[in-house]
Amino acid sequence: MKKERKMTLTIPQEELISTGHLACQGCGAALAMRLALKGLGQRTAVCIPACCWSVIDGPFPHSSLGIPIYHCAFETAASSASGVKAGLEMVGDSETTVLAWAGDGGTFDIGLQALSGAAERNEDIIYTCYDNEAYMNTGIQRSSATPLGAWTTTTPVKHYKKHPKKDIIGIMAAHRPPYVATASVAYPEDLVKKFKKAKEIKGTRFIHVLAPCPVGWKSRPEDTIKLARLAVQTGYFPLYEVEDGEKWMLNLKIKERKPIAEYLKLQGRFRHLKDDEIAMLQKEVDAQWERLLKKCGV
Amino acid sequence: MKKVIMGNHALSYGAMLSRTQVIAAYPITPQTQVVELLSEMCADGTLNAKFIKVESEHSAMAACLGASLAGARTFTATSSQGLALMHELLHWASGGRMPVVMGNINRAMAPGWSIWTDQNDSLSQRDTGWIQFYCASNQEVLDTVIQAFKVSEKLMIPSMIVLDAFALSHTYEVVEVPDQEKVDAFLPPFNPPFRLTPDDPHAFGGLTSPEHYFELRYKLQKGMEKVPALVEETGKEYQKMFGRYLGQVEEYLCDDAEFIFVTSGTAGYTARVVVDEFREKGIKAGNLRIKLFRPFPFEKVRSILSKVPKVAVVDRNISYGHHGIFYQEVKSAMYGQPPQPVIFGFITGLGGRDITRDTFKEIADYALSKSQAEEEIVWTGVKK
Repeated sequence: MKKERKMTLTIPQEELISTGHLACQGCGAALAMRLALKGLGQRTAVCIPACCWSVIDGPFPHSSLGIPIYHCAFETAASSASGVKAGLEMVGDSETTVLAWAGDGGTFDIGLQALSGAAERNEDIIYTCYDNEAYMNTGIQRSSATPLGAWTTTTPVKHYKKHPKKDIIGIMAAHRPPYVATASVAYPEDLVKKFKKAKEIKGTRFIHVLAPCPVGWKSRPEDTIKLARLAVQTGYFPLYEVEDGEKWMLNLKIKERKPIAEYLKLQGRFRHLKDDEIAMLQKEVDAQWERLLKKCGV
Repeated sequence: MKKVIMGNHALSYGAMLSRTQVIAAYPITPQTQVVELLSEMCADGTLNAKFIKVESEHSAMAACLGASLAGARTFTATSSQGLALMHELLHWASGGRMPVVMGNINRAMAPGWSIWTDQNDSLSQRDTGWIQFYCASNQEVLDTVIQAFKVSEKLMIPSMIVLDAFALSHTYEVVEVPDQEKVDAFLPPFNPPFRLTPDDPHAFGGLTSPEHYFELRYKLQKGMEKVPALVEETGKEYQKMFGRYLGQVEEYLCDDAEFIFVTSGTAGYTARVVVDEFREKGIKAGNLRIKLFRPFPFEKVRSILSKVPKVAVVDRNISYGHHGIFYQEVKSAMYGQPPQPVIFGFITGLGGRDITRDTFKEIADYALSKSQAEEEIVWTGVKK
């Protein structure tokens, strides 16, 4: 007799994002928020600096989220969230989770100082960077999160980005906060689990979510999940956690990493790359992967 | 209780007595003692507040705004370059109707590096939608902090309390520090009409189309227009409880004056000494010290200056390519309001050069000997 298998729902059904938000088709950032809030629940207050999400939420007087939102200045996600947390505690609310939700520009670039300050003070906030790897909201300009080799409107094909992406996890882990993690919209159970876990930890928690952007990556909206998955499977964006800046843990071990070319070929922003340049990117990914394995003791 | 304290500590005591709940600040000379004392008060429990020791003034104001939106009473202090770094968020505070109260120690802007006083730092923030009070004594500083919280929280508009570097910030004076219970009776806890809470989730400061933005700014100005009357009313209420009146301006022998200095900050007290000396010589001089700069006390200034033949506005600041800023403001207040005095604009004391009795005498000599100014700006005490 066949063994009966029962499916358990690991992702909460509660939806804190409503239809009618203003995200583009296939937006990884909208999906990331939807899943993150399933992990965090309604008793969450979010600070959103200038980024795609300041538009996605909807214009005044509308909002597509069921939680309170402070649309704050570009470079202030971490400092605003620090203030919100302190303010809530002083008015007797120590239960609400305070979330800073910023793009890569607001995290890797203009907001890095405030983020570093908050992490050093170990502010009791969850900082999430949903990373679409360029200033997408202003029309696809390069950020320090834009990967090596990519086209953007400020790194045109003839002068594509010559520098690798900033190692934000390394930077954050160096602050030794209690929790740092990467997450992907292609692995929703893992993503939700990480937000749930982060919610139960006190201090600064940093979660880096890769958020494919069809508009900026020149990819098909229906490939968003595929791309996010390939990013993990190629080792370009591995799923891992760092506790207290010291304990590195690989969440998804990949026996045979797929070639980076498979990830690149679905994106117009890498179309100009020649074989030798793709080989160079493969080398970059290989080196990054080896470094990570070493840190994780694998 | 009477205490001998420095101007900076008068700000700290004001914030303490106002039961500030969240402080976020970054050190800058000559503001440091404000936050040093507050951090001690937070550490030893004298003040039940959270002190966020941020990594920049920009983050200081950002954290204050977050805390204010969460419903907490917030305070910070800065100076000069720090205030300039906050500039973006000063607009955020007023536009978002977050009634933060901030001390700013007037310090000249670099380059070259200067730690000495002039008003270009705070006056460069004139159009950010903050109420601005300029103080001339440590007592006034302490009293103004408490009053500013009341005015700001009623109108949901932030306030800046301005002190001259060193001349006030580091000068020790006897200050009557009011009893906590009396301050509590004067200043109720902050209870904003809206706040950031999951109990009643709203989005604050989101994308605002031309359909709505204009009205939000109109409402901010309407709120600002209520400030002068509220400052008078609050000042009277404060006087009843504490015996000291605050108000929009300080008049010194203005009633029968034939010549009035218009001053701000500590220079206003030096001016009073010179006024006394002129009076002894039979010259009917007076001094109008402007305490409330934003919103500008149009009616007060008009009612006082319209009775005088000659006015000398003394500016420790400059709007490059125009005039001294108080001079601009006074002229704009008097425009089209006959009878009009002859108004002279003097600039002096930039970068902390002393404004002395002799400075005021030189200013008076010029104004009294001429039927009108011969220069757009009369520079006093500059090595040309």
